[in-house]
Amino acid sequence: MSQAVATPSRVKRPTGWSRMTSSDTGAAWLFLLPALIGFVTFYLVPTIRGIYLSFTDWNLLSNTGTVTGLENYERLIGDPLFWNAMRVTGVYVVINIGLQTILAVGLAVMMDRFTKSTFIRGVMLVPWLVPNVVVALLWLWMLDPNVGIVNSFLGWFGIDAIPFFGSPTTVIPTIAGVNIWRHLGYTALLIFAGLQTVPNSLYEAAAADGATEFQMFRKITIPLLRPVLALVLVITVIGSFQVFDTVAVATGGFGGRPGGPINASRVIYLYIFENAFNFNLFGYAATLSVALFLFLFIITIVQLRLLRASESDLA
Amino acid sequence: MTADAHGLGDMVGRSRPRMSRVLAWVVLGLLLFVTLFPFYWALRTAFSSNELLFAGEQQLLPVGPTTINVERVVGLEPIRQGGATFDYLNVLKNSVIMATLITVGQVTFSAFAAYAFARLKFRGREALFTLFLTGLMVPPIFTLIPNFVLVKNLGWLNTYAGLVAPYILMTPFAVFFLRQFFLGINREIEEAAIIDGAGHFRTFWRIVVPMTAAPLFTLGILTYITAWNEYLWPLVVAREESVRVLTVALGVFTTQQPGTSPDWAGLMAATMLAAAPIIVGFALTGRRVVDSIQFSGIK
Repeated sequence: MSQAVATPSRVKRPTGWSRMTSSDTGAAWLFLLPALIGFVTFYLVPTIRGIYLSFTDWNLLSNTGTVTGLENYERLIGDPLFWNAMRVTGVYVVINIGLQTILAVGLAVMMDRFTKSTFIRGVMLVPWLVPNVVVALLWLWMLDPNVGIVNSFLGWFGIDAIPFFGSPTTVIPTIAGVNIWRHLGYTALLIFAGLQTVPNSLYEAAAADGATEFQMFRKITIPLLRPVLALVLVITVIGSFQVFDTVAVATGGFGGRPGGPINASRVIYLYIFENAFNFNLFGYAATLSVALFLFLFIITIVQLRLLRASESDLA
Repeated sequence: MTADAHGLGDMVGRSRPRMSRVLAWVVLGLLLFVTLFPFYWALRTAFSSNELLFAGEQQLLPVGPTTINVERVVGLEPIRQGGATFDYLNVLKNSVIMATLITVGQVTFSAFAAYAFARLKFRGREALFTLFLTGLMVPPIFTLIPNFVLVKNLGWLNTYAGLVAPYILMTPFAVFFLRQFFLGINREIEEAAIIDGAGHFRTFWRIVVPMTAAPLFTLGILTYITAWNEYLWPLVVAREESVRVLTVALGVFTTQQPGTSPDWAGLMAATMLAAAPIIVGFALTGRRVVDSIQFSGIK
């Protein structure tokens, strides 16, 4: 592959510093060293250590633990709060990804077919740029049951105040909605990028044949967008399963208990976090992380299969 | 398309695109409004008086306009209410230090590694790169727990070192992102430099870095934003005020609020002040950020 580079550098052997560095192997490891240390220390070893911890009863205060075999895993199977967390997270992901993907495809097509304005794409991106904590607070204020503008607005149409973050039935859809608000512009931008690979001549030919915008969308855009859409889905689904900041701040503020009301928003990340840092059950928290990791891995494989991500229809 | 559609298209071809165009603009306008309104509303609230907010005043302009909330949050005015504190200048300083250290380190060291993966021949290159890529699949919470134990054992809790440690040397994404660019640049210039006796380090600094300044800058922006927005890691390793960053401080400020009468004006002032540096930075570099995210989507 890089034969052409390697050969001349071997032929010519200058002196001193540059001679040492132009021998590929030595230079390569020098270039790699800092990143390699980072990768081994903070990715590779922690991953292995995480798996090890999941088989122990690690106690953070004493910083010790003994191997307890499959005890944590047995506990996990019978832990109703774990299953609750997976269910709550699942509901969140379905609402979040379902709506977000539809809206983002619509927005991306509009941005592609009607205006290529960078300004509009930029404005739609703003919520994605600010911290989740900021987003959570903005919407806590907007959706406040007593003095929030949204409930006032609903009130002008005679609709009763909705508790949004405050009721077990509305809290998850509300958090899903807030995160759609944050990620819509970003997701649409990724899809928009994919749309730029669809040749314009196809639309022109279809328009010449009298096709409507909707027909073009169905027969040209969607099939050709499929590979990009598949990758965007894989990325957003994985991200969606990891929701934490918004839940922690929106349900934990004002003296509330994170994950409430009554476990209704205790997503898996929050449950892992609580086990580790509130209950001092590091081993069990590691077990929950292993379960989440495996689950995400399977979800990703299944998605890639179903969406035939690597095949393009643009023959 | 069918003959039917063809005929129909000829007949209404002139009016239909216009109608769908109007509809598209209405929808776009609505989306832009929904996107921007919460920011305006927070700003309006930050400059309002708390007493009037509790009375449920919903006018579009600040109610009882005042700058006292901003002054309180920035620390110019002593905090008299409830005991909740938000030391803006201190946490701003910590956020800037954290994001800057992470960005400079991560982009530099990831660029080194990306160059090695893109251009240098060594045994095990492909295998090592694949291993790096699998790092992309590991959910952050999975490594958070062991990393916390590690940082605690090193005695780095509540230090800048602990705050930046997992991010300052590399992320798999940064290495992957830059490798794509390095693969794309013209080999001949590098080869010429090497034939002229320039070592790999010189070739890298003098030729590759200037040629890929744009993507390096782009990655820098993305890294800075990500570091600035990070919440979970600083929350567990840097709770003390001396190293507390903006996001964590904002979370703490929220939990300290009384449930019955939160200091909404103060909260919104703090919220807008936390978002301001990112929004200003984006306003200055907007087009490049938009283009780069688009690019990161295609690759």
